[in-house]
Amino acid sequence: MNGTTLPLLAVTLVVCATVGIGVYGLRLARTTSDFLVASRTVSPLWNASAIGGEYLSAASFLGIAGLVMAYGADALWFPVGFVAGYFVLLLLVAAPLRRSGAYTVPDFAEVRLGSQPLRRLCALTAVAIGLLYLVPQLQGAGLALRATTGAPVQVGAVLVAVVVTVNVAGGGMRSATFVQAFQYWLKLTALAVPAVFLLLAWQGDGRPALAGPAGPQFAATTSVRVDSGVRFVVQTPVQVVLDGQPLRLDPGPHHIERGSTVVFPAGAAVPHVDGLEAATGTAWVRPLSGAGGVEHPLYTTYALVLATFLGTMGLPHVLVRFYTNPDGRAARRTTLLVLALLGAFYLLPALYGALGRLYTPELLLTGQTDAVVLALPVAALSGPVGPLLQALLVSGAFAAFLSTSSGLLVTTAGVLAQDLLPAARTVRGFRVAAGVTGALALILALPAAALPLTQVVGLAFAVAAATFCPLLVLGIWWRGLTAPGAAAGLLVGGGLSAAAVTLTLTGAVSGGWPQALLAQPAAWTVPTSFAVMVGGSLLTRRSVPPGVGRTMLALHAPEGLGLRSGADRSSPTATARRSRRAARRSGRAADL
Amino acid sequence: MTRPVDPADPPRRVIVTSPRTAAVRRPPGRSAVQALDEQDRVGELLVRSLVRAQLALALRLLAALATLLGGLPLLFALAPSVRDVQVLGLPLPWLVLGVLVYPCLLAGGLVYLRLAERNERDFADLVERS
Repeated sequence: MNGTTLPLLAVTLVVCATVGIGVYGLRLARTTSDFLVASRTVSPLWNASAIGGEYLSAASFLGIAGLVMAYGADALWFPVGFVAGYFVLLLLVAAPLRRSGAYTVPDFAEVRLGSQPLRRLCALTAVAIGLLYLVPQLQGAGLALRATTGAPVQVGAVLVAVVVTVNVAGGGMRSATFVQAFQYWLKLTALAVPAVFLLLAWQGDGRPALAGPAGPQFAATTSVRVDSGVRFVVQTPVQVVLDGQPLRLDPGPHHIERGSTVVFPAGAAVPHVDGLEAATGTAWVRPLSGAGGVEHPLYTTYALVLATFLGTMGLPHVLVRFYTNPDGRAARRTTLLVLALLGAFYLLPALYGALGRLYTPELLLTGQTDAVVLALPVAALSGPVGPLLQALLVSGAFAAFLSTSSGLLVTTAGVLAQDLLPAARTVRGFRVAAGVTGALALILALPAAALPLTQVVGLAFAVAAATFCPLLVLGIWWRGLTAPGAAAGLLVGGGLSAAAVTLTLTGAVSGGWPQALLAQPAAWTVPTSFAVMVGGSLLTRRSVPPGVGRTMLALHAPEGLGLRSGADRSSPTATARRSRRAARRSGRAADL
Repeated sequence: MTRPVDPADPPRRVIVTSPRTAAVRRPPGRSAVQALDEQDRVGELLVRSLVRAQLALALRLLAALATLLGGLPLLFALAPSVRDVQVLGLPLPWLVLGVLVYPCLLAGGLVYLRLAERNERDFADLVERS
């Protein structure tokens, strides 16, 4: 049994379990009403587990540890923001959104503002965010498979894209709640158990310091195999062995071809990949030190805080989950449990990032810090324990890719089929949409990743924060919002974010303030979008929907008061709208 | 029964000599539930007050979040020595951002849940009493 058997076995098991539970659940819930009734019996804990399972993506499982390893304390704001985003969602959105009866943001836009063009604009935005979030999931899969089995990066991406698309298009995700809930607990276990072993190993090694005055060093003679060509910068001259030939590396940039092996002597400083600056332990452990070469760390931190705190509520796959709560109260309780479950999970990734600097510093050279979670057990633990734990981590990572991609694909394809593809409100239309979405995501994912996974996911948060956050917050709390105002805000916020994302991903701008502003755009796009939405609504005051008082009542009044109906009561078109929406929803609920 | 309620001229009470005491206690005119359903001025005021109470609660907790958590980077920038304080063998920023922040967010969520449900109960009492 060679080194790649265990990881492959783990991947196969997780894929089979996911597909299997999907098919099994298909038989349990065959009709729409089955699904709806079942959703009412889902307890808040199950529902919260499912939300956690869908939310904890490749960025959380692999990416955060990689960023902590490379950039130190400032990267801790990623997991903090991912959880605090749910806190903000709880305060501003959870219960009213559930009471609106909206299934997606386009639904909400229609319930609240009754405008079809706005609905379509929201659908377009939702698809863009969904794709931007899907791409790093597929890239993460490629990276994980390469790190553990040496397969080319494209293999993992294609594998996850095909499995998820076929599964979703075939309707295998109908029992999504159960699959996702299972995957939360799998991910937590897969990260927690190896963490205990790694901590014990660190203890056993005499607790080597993480925050010393030196930069990362090779603890022992280390052989580094380069999977893809890499450019790196040497600080102090070092004598290495390149493919069997001794070679002296002088300070300055160097390039190693793909497939080469370099052997570094024990105690040598680790040269860093081009673009990542070597940081001493002291700088790495300090917030705002700019470790790793981050310019304007204070701005970057605040922009990240804004993007994650406000962006969570606008993520399409997050919103859909709230629909499975029976009422607004349950939506709040579920969100509170999600805070607990996510908090427990996010205690762990930073630990991997920190230990990675000790045990797998060569990842700073190859630039593959996103693989630190998978590489650590084999590097730090001796004997058969390492590969076994690695297989466990691989299974958790694939659970993350599959669950998040499935959730994203279901919602993105649903929106695409409902609102953007003409006359396609049928099961076949949904299947076509799923295929289109999966193919698009794969095409975008196949070129090599330009940025760490978590940073791409951060961009998706930034787009959501500049588009859907103002729409939801103003729509829920301000009577004065109008459809033209909301559309203007979406166009400006979305346009600015799209420009920033494109320039960042293509690497067109580098260095200084322009790069900092574009890499973390939320700090200026979110206020702009809010301002345009409020200003535009004030200018078009006449277009405030006539039934706004009724909608406000529906959004905020607790259930069970004997009010005549739920979401949209008794405005002239409400009954027609409601039945239309119910029909649409039933189609989509079956897809979920 | 469907005459609109004018706050300046509330419907006059009349003595009812029927033994149906439960019916006597109900004020004439319309219940608040009806007022809400039909969106007259009373209903409108009731909804506005609920939305305002819930928004004030959310904003108070958001302000706490912005100060306590959002203030941290500013604190690190203005008082750099705080970054090097060690607590329980961990650097303070790591202890706060890596561990303490999660139970604190959970506690904040719990506080919000209780207060938001209390606002809703008050609203429901108001509606059902009137």
